[in-house]
This record gives sequence, C-alpha cells and structure tokens, in this order.
Amino acid sequence: MDYEALGLKAGIEIHQQLNTKEKLFCHSPTVIRDSDEHFGVVQRYLRVATSEMGDVDRAAQEETMQHRLFTYYTYDTTGLVEIDEEPPAPLNREALDIVLTIAKMFDMTPLPEIHTMRKMIVDGSATSGFQRTALVALNGKIADTCRIETVAVEEEACQRVEDTIFSVDRLGIPLIEITTAPCMKTPEEVHDVAQYIGMTLRSTGRVKRGLGTIRQDVNVSIADGARVEIKGVQELDLIAEVVRREVQRQLSLLAIRDELLARNALVNGEVYDVTKVFAETKSNVLKKAKCILGTVLHGFAGLVGTEIQPGRRLGSEMSDYAKKCGVGGLFHTDELPAYGVTEEEVHILKETLGAGEQDAVIIVAATEQKCRCAMKMIIRRAKMAFDGVPEETRKMLEGGSTAYMRPLPGAARMYPETDVLPVPVSDEYFEAIRMLELLTDKVKRFASEYGMDDGMARQMAYSEQLPLFERAVAEGIRPVFAARTILASLKEANRADGAGIISDDAVIGVMKAVEAGNAAKEAIIDILTACAKGLSVKDAIAKVAPAFSRDELQELARGIVSERVDFIKERGKAALGPVMGVVMKEVRGRIDGKVVSEVLNDELNRIM
Amino acid sequence: MTFNNSDPVTVSFAGLDMEGIYINASGENAVVKLKSGYNICVPKSAVTPRDGAEAPSKPAAVPLEQNEKLPLLSIISTGGTIASTVDYRTGAVSSKFTAEDILRSIPELAEIARYRTLQPYNILSENMNPEMWQELARTIYNEILAGSKGIIVTHGTDTMLYSAAAVSFMLDTTVPVIFVGAQRSADRPSSDNAINAICSAQTGVSELGEVVVCMHSTSSDTSCSLHRATRVRKNHTSRRDAFQSIGRDAVGTVSYPDGKVVLADDAVKRGENSLVLKAELEPACGLLTYYPGMNPAVLDAFKGYKGLVIAGTGLGHTGTDCIEKIAALTAAGTTVVMTSQCMAGSVCDRVYETGRYLLDAGVIEAGNMLPEVALVKLMWVLANAEAKDVKRLMQTNLKGELDVDIRGEN
Repeated sequence: MDYEALGLKAGIEIHQQLNTKEKLFCHSPTVIRDSDEHFGVVQRYLRVATSEMGDVDRAAQEETMQHRLFTYYTYDTTGLVEIDEEPPAPLNREALDIVLTIAKMFDMTPLPEIHTMRKMIVDGSATSGFQRTALVALNGKIADTCRIETVAVEEEACQRVEDTIFSVDRLGIPLIEITTAPCMKTPEEVHDVAQYIGMTLRSTGRVKRGLGTIRQDVNVSIADGARVEIKGVQELDLIAEVVRREVQRQLSLLAIRDELLARNALVNGEVYDVTKVFAETKSNVLKKAKCILGTVLHGFAGLVGTEIQPGRRLGSEMSDYAKKCGVGGLFHTDELPAYGVTEEEVHILKETLGAGEQDAVIIVAATEQKCRCAMKMIIRRAKMAFDGVPEETRKMLEGGSTAYMRPLPGAARMYPETDVLPVPVSDEYFEAIRMLELLTDKVKRFASEYGMDDGMARQMAYSEQLPLFERAVAEGIRPVFAARTILASLKEANRADGAGIISDDAVIGVMKAVEAGNAAKEAIIDILTACAKGLSVKDAIAKVAPAFSRDELQELARGIVSERVDFIKERGKAALGPVMGVVMKEVRGRIDGKVVSEVLNDELNRIM
Repeated sequence: MTFNNSDPVTVSFAGLDMEGIYINASGENAVVKLKSGYNICVPKSAVTPRDGAEAPSKPAAVPLEQNEKLPLLSIISTGGTIASTVDYRTGAVSSKFTAEDILRSIPELAEIARYRTLQPYNILSENMNPEMWQELARTIYNEILAGSKGIIVTHGTDTMLYSAAAVSFMLDTTVPVIFVGAQRSADRPSSDNAINAICSAQTGVSELGEVVVCMHSTSSDTSCSLHRATRVRKNHTSRRDAFQSIGRDAVGTVSYPDGKVVLADDAVKRGENSLVLKAELEPACGLLTYYPGMNPAVLDAFKGYKGLVIAGTGLGHTGTDCIEKIAALTAAGTTVVMTSQCMAGSVCDRVYETGRYLLDAGVIEAGNMLPEVALVKLMWVLANAEAKDVKRLMQTNLKGELDVDIRGEN
C-alpha cells in the first residue's frame, strides 16, 4: 500500500515508567504488588468537574454516563496520597532530573518553571479523578525527519484488576511522556521512531524494564480521514501493524460513507419498543431482557456487517458506543438470524419497523433506561458514518485492531494542580545535567575499543547488567572477560537450584580473583553459585575450588610424570595430551589450564 | 506589555509559536494556557498579543429548576472547601462558590428537596469569629421561622466544630441543622462534597431535630455519619473521615446512594424542642493548652478575660507553678474551666494533689466536655447567665456536651 499517497500522518506518545526510589508526588516506593496481597479497600464514585474556564470535557462526560462505584486495593507500600486522602508531596526531583536528562538528549528547551496540571480521567483508573502531569521541555529532534513536540512528567494510573476494581500500587509511579509531531508517513517509520525513542530512554539506565513499563499511544490520520488516538500499544512489534490496520479501518469507513451517500441512506433516529416481537424468543440474551428497543438505519443493509479491520465491523463500532450506557452490546440484521434469533423473528421485526431490503435494523436489550441511552449512542454513531471517520480515542485489542474508548479529549480536561508549587528550572541546573551515551553508540564502542564481537557488544549494552559491566571495566577487569562472566556465567549461577541474590560486589570479587590467578576461570560458575547460597567470595573459592599454586602444581606434575617415564620416552611430545588429562583430573577448576600446560611442558622437557 | 487573564496570546519559545490564553504572571515569567490545556510558564518577553481571537466566554449558568412538591430546605453557605475553586491570584484554592453553584453542580439535590439559598459571608473557616457564629445562628433562626424544614450550613472543616457547637448552645431548634463540608476540594472528580451534601439534604428531610455535623463515615463513598455538634472533633488534617464523635457514637448515619437515614435512639427528634434563640456570646474568652515547662506568665495574657478554658494534662492538670496565677485570675473575676488534652474521658481534679490545689484556686471541672466545646459554651453561659449560675451551668449537660451533670461536692 502506498501510504504516502494516502496521506498517512502518524505521531506517537510514549509513556515510560521511571525507576525512581519514590513516587512522583508521594514517598511510597515504586513497586508493583500482587493484588492478592492487598490489605485495604476503598470505594469511591467519580463526578465530572468543571474546568477553571467553566466548561466540561466531553470525553470525561461520556465516561461518567454511568454512576459507577469503583473499588481500590491498597497495600502496606501505599499511602494516603494514592487514595486521594492527603495533598501531594512536592514534585519528585529524581524524576524531574531523569526527564530533563532525556530532554537534553533530544536537544530540547526546558521551561523555566514546571507547572503541574491535573488531567481529568474519570474512568476509575485514578482515585482523584485526574492524573497529575507537567510539561517539562519543548521541541526536540529525532533523526533528521522527525520532531519531538513535548516531554512531560506525569503520574502512572492504577492497574485494573477487573471491571471496576483497581489496584493503587502502580498509581503515582513517575512516567515520562514523549509526544512526537505527526511526522511519520509509513507504518515502518512509526516502528523505527518508537524503537529509537525507547533505546534513548533505556540509555539513561534509569527507566523501569519489563512488560507494561513502556506504552505507546499512536495518532493516525489519512487524507479525508480523521485523527484517531490509539492507546496502550505495549509491544513495539505490533505498532506498525496497528497503524496498518487503522489505515485499513479509515479507508473502509470512507468507502462506507461513499456507499451510504450513493444509496441516499438515512438515519431518522426513531426508536421503537420491540419487546413484544421477542416475547417467545429462544435467544438467551433477549429472553432475559426487560426491554428491547429497535431502530431502522435506512440504506445501511450489508454495511453494518462489513468488515473494516480484522474482527471489526461498523456494527462493532456502534456496539462500542452503546456499551457506554452499560448494555452488553447490540444485534443488527446484517448478522441475523443468529444467536438464537430465528429468521421468522427477523422477518417480523423488519415488518413491524417497516424496514425494507436496503435497510438495517439495530436492536438492544436491557432495562428501558439503559436501552434508551444505548439507542441514542447508536444513532449518534450511525449518523457519523456519513462523515466517514470520527475523531476518537481508541484502545488496542489483541492482534492490533482497535475498539472505541471515548471522544478525543479537549483542553477542558486540564486544570491547574493547586496543591503543588511550580518548580523553577534554572539555566545552570539544565546545563549541569550530564549527557549520556546512547546504547547504539555503546555497542559501537564496545566493539571497537574492547574488541567484542557485535553480538556480545549488543547483548552487553542492552543488558540489565550494564551498570555492573561498566563498574567491572572501571575497576580494571578485562572487558571481554567481564562481559562473558556477566552474560554467561552469572546467568547460569543465577539459575542454579536454591540460588539467592548474588551481589555486584561478589561478581566483581570473583572476577578479580580469577584475574589475579587466585581462582580458575573454569570454576567461576561454581564459585558464583556458592556465593548465591550465601558464602562470601573468599569462602566460596576455598570451599568449591581452593586455588592450586604453581609450586603445588609442579610437585603434582613431577610425581605424575615420574610414574610414566617409559610412556613419555616412547611417545615423546605426543605424550603431553594423555598426561595433561591425568593432571587436569586432579586440578580442574582450581588452576588455569594454560598454566597446567606450561608446567607440564617444562616437566616433560626435563626428562626427555 | 501587560495582559489580563483570558487574553489571547502567542507564545514564541524554543523555536515554536504557540497559541494560548494568558493566565497570570509568575515572577519574571508568564503563565499561558496552551490549546492542549496545559499551562506553561515562559519568560514574559516570549508572550505577544494575538489578534482576531475571541477570549472564550464562560457558558451561561443553567437556570435552577425546583420541584415545588418537595419540602423546603435552606442552604446557608459560608465558604470552605465544599465551595472552593482555583484562585488565579494565588494559584491556590479559595472559596468563591455560592450556594446556588452547589445546587447547580450537584443536580441530585433537586430530587430530595427544594431550596432557599443564602450566603451571609464567604470565607475559609479559619477566618471565622464569634460574631459570625451569632450571625449564623440568627440566620438559621429566621429561616426556621420562615418555614424551612431543615437547615444545611456549608462550612470550612477547620473550625466547623466551633461554629456547630456555638449554634447548638445559641439555638433550640425544631428542625435538623446540618453542618457540612468537604475535605477534598470541589474541583476534583473525587471530591467528597457531593456525597456529603446529598447526605445532608437527606438528613434535612429526616426526623432529626438537633445540630449535627454530616461528613464521610469512612474513606469510602458509601455513607456519612451524623455527629452531635457538641461531641465532634476533626481528628485528621486531610482524610474524608476526619470528623469523629468523641466519647459516644454518631447520632445517625446516612447511606449512599440510597439516602437512608438511620438515627440513634437518643438522637433529638424533629419538633421535640421549641424554637428559642439566645444569640448572646461573651467574646472575651480564651483557650489555653498547657504544656510541660510552660511559663506561668503566659496566664497573664488572659488578665481581664471573662473566661478561660485550660486544656490540661491527663485528668486535668497544670504545673503547680501555675496555680498562683490561676488563683489570681479567678480572684479577679475570670471563670477558669478545666478540660483535658486527652479528648476522651472526664476531668477529675480530686485524685492528685495538683488537682486539689487547682480546685482550691477556683477552677471548674468540665467533665468530659471537649476543650473547644467548653470554650464556646463558656462564651454562651457568661453572656446568658447570672454570675452565681455560671459554675452550675458549665457542669450541667445542656446540649449533649456532657455525659452527665457533674455533682457538686458540697
């Protein structure tokens, strides 16, 4: 597909958790808990608050169409700020420092004062009903083709346990939010820019790692389409596919629009009570319903059921809108008869509503109040089909398709955080921030300076153990040996049965012992494994592989050689291999094999 | 270049030109709201006026609709967090909301009752004083006379217990008088203001007939407690359930969202009393918390006061070196009342020697009366009783402030 010809414009927002000691606006640690460990429960409702300009955010309004009671789990690692029972602490300077470092790496300009805002979020994921956020720096560069518009520091939201139950352990962990300009023109470019930003973030060594610690939102539009924001792409590998599917969806919606206009289609918005039509129905959903309402979409036949991206139809879009009212979904005649609804019932339904061949009928089943609300939303979405693509916030589904979440938020969702004072950022402060080497540059340096092959250089640079490696090198350990020990031996020792935590000091100590000849390379895994079980480096070496001195080796070698004088004289130089085998049996892991070979060679020469 | 709040401006910063609305100055910098809604702070020199753009106008207020079939309640708004919003002068929260704004922002109230709204003043509660308590009591009295079936007083939480206790002593009420506030500001989606207000309206149409404080029972949004005005304290700086009854249970609870009001057996019921207002107060009264090592000269500051409440240690003590000064105060005509810093439990100055000296110095034991309540009661008693009756009245339960009347020793 020629994306540039379609006028694809994409931008991304990256949210990355920062690995700070404390949360952004309180002193709780930034640890994620198992929700089974919660010890407290708080239940709350959220209401839409008016912005300081006097207006109400449309996305927030839609989220609160149902008055929902949210349940929050609390832990012995969370406090009053997380449950909105206490004003926030001042902004965490450690987090600000990381964000300013990243801003500097993207060549951005910091704002002279950081003003914290409240971004209204009333879906339950924030106990206060807002997420605290502050712009920190503006206008940066990525590669030659793209621009970063803003970086902000903000609070992470709660983790959803299920439905309306949330866990507050994650709430308040600092995030950096990086927003690019809509400067990407192909799905692959979106992937590459996201990857580059992710790499830059990891180059700081101060961001959290693992699934869910980084999330990408993608903004996508095509010519004649509309801006759609897709939230929560967690895997980088899916990001290009999400863009491709969104382009497909927008193209399909535009095609549906053209077809509707060609057919002179019409949504008159009339709603009928069709509960009686289904009085004797076998459909489980309809049988239970107190009320069933229907509406006719004139000229929509076949289009409601048209696939617009894998697994999604125009009907799914309408269903997403209806669900805002608390109904489970809808039925449309493009998919009926099915789900226990018979052909005869469909026939009567269409006849009752006066629907023709070209028309589609939509029905919803629930309480009357929910049905009325849902019908309003369905009709609203059906009317939008005449305009093509509505501007929306959507969420990613498994595989890369998306579902409607809420309208795009407006400026009214932002409100100043009155409980936090502005934080000045002086020129001197920003200038003093140290620039960090990009991981991609590190890989190159490890190869050229340390003589690592590309695979090892990359593996080491991107490893979580990079700080340990850099410390080892700084303490004079040979880089390739350090990398091999950390990437291979340490990993293996960590996997051993009953392994505890092996401290960085222990790893460095073992490497130093080997380099000094006090322990054999071959014994590293065993020594580390012993350390993992709680022994000190010295004790581990003494227990697992007491070092064998050159003198002791000489004595041993002399003894073994003297018992085999005839054999050696017979074989000459070729005797080295078999004799070496005998010696190694005694000393393996206690002295370097190279030394054994040297000593043995001398001994053989002596008697030959 | 000077700008006013809401002026359309262009910000040129970091190589970008951005449209926004001017908010205010911040030292050498200017705060501008961008189109995204973010406020950013840039050097003043980066801001220039923008033409052709209209400042956004505030949407017109929706007219209030009231159901004439529902009982009439009065909402008397005095300010506080329940009525607070951002103030761009300071950037902090101030109380500018009116009672009408409260009705508009909490539409559920209109389903419970119809309302008359009054605003005698609008302040944060730390700025309250006894004159305002008196004005409040008169306003409530007049509303009841005018046919109101219940009174809701919105009030800052910091000194709510003083105002509520003061109104308790000044007014014998026939209808529920409910003091309500919010611990978390009204401009946050999680504010406790709406549920507290809804629960107080439910109480307003209930069978209660006394002065109470209506606030969250727990940290959750599922119920409010009704605390007797003379037995309540704010026991936490910020939590929703900061208000707690001391030395007894709440006189009622209101569950949310069903609005069911459950009253304790000993709650005073609607119509049990006749309407009487005695709004005089003696303002020359003080409250002093004794602390170890306190210089007795501190007591000189209360010379000439009509009354002094001491929050003493434990059973009601001060250091023995204060006794002489206390005796001098009582001799000069200051009524000195002893309460305890312990909050729960009764004062008893007969157990230890120091206590007996204090009694000899003319100190009146205040039983299990809370120090703040003893202060406003003393103000009321001194203004409404003859000198010979002051001690007896201070030791007599008038509005639930004492568990029992205190027995005279002789």
